[in-house]
Amino acid sequence: MATTTILDARGLKCPMPIVKTAQQIKLVEQGDLLEVLSTDPGSVADFAAWSRSTGNEIVEQGVQDGVYRFVLRRK
Amino acid sequence: MTAVAETPVPQEFAAAFEENPEATRQLVIINWSGDFDRVLPTLILEDAAAAMGYKTKVFTTFWGLLPFVKDQKRIVGDNWMQKMLSFMQRPGISHLKTTKMNFMGMGPWMMGRLMKQYNVASAKEMLEAAQAMGVEFLPCQMTMEMFGLKKEDFIDGLGEPVGAATVLELMTQPNTASLFI
Repeated sequence: MATTTILDARGLKCPMPIVKTAQQIKLVEQGDLLEVLSTDPGSVADFAAWSRSTGNEIVEQGVQDGVYRFVLRRK
Repeated sequence: MTAVAETPVPQEFAAAFEENPEATRQLVIINWSGDFDRVLPTLILEDAAAAMGYKTKVFTTFWGLLPFVKDQKRIVGDNWMQKMLSFMQRPGISHLKTTKMNFMGMGPWMMGRLMKQYNVASAKEMLEAAQAMGVEFLPCQMTMEMFGLKKEDFIDGLGEPVGAATVLELMTQPNTASLFI
């Protein structure tokens, strides 16, 4: 069972959600999950681009009450 | 199993950002300006690029050197003209002026207030994040001398001073985006 770490990036503005994510994912074991919460609408496009560039997969994503949620698997 | 990440992110990740052999893309920025509204996009792009796993290098030259001088330095330079320049354009990442509507510091002050209000990271925070992610800052040797700036005037962690040829070589490498800001 993969371990999930939660990163609360709510309230942060571009580019800090992906900066914090890039920093935090380095602390996650390979294959483990990082769940990021963000309120920046730009996150949807930015996390997709970040995932394509870094190879860390988005395994789940959604939005609820203005909070975007991304579950990422460390490559 | 779920663990909540501590905020702020601890410093131990810094080692993980050391020279990434898998990095296939590179961003090279020539940071020529020391103005608030130009340094900010430099910082945003370099932070994002480093987060994306790009090799990221910033060549700082001319007015663009001044934001990388320690905040607490007031007057830098050896002769009166260099000192005068630094008096008119206060160095340090926390003392940037805007290109438009500076109004004796009113412009940057209001911009700073707005950034705080909308929770945008400050220039200082973005610079610290860039350094933690291994963004390389390369000061321009020639303009350093012209402004009378010494290595010890700058914040810690900057690269060795280089010249135009080094930057051109970086800019013409494959898969490299180069910007002059």
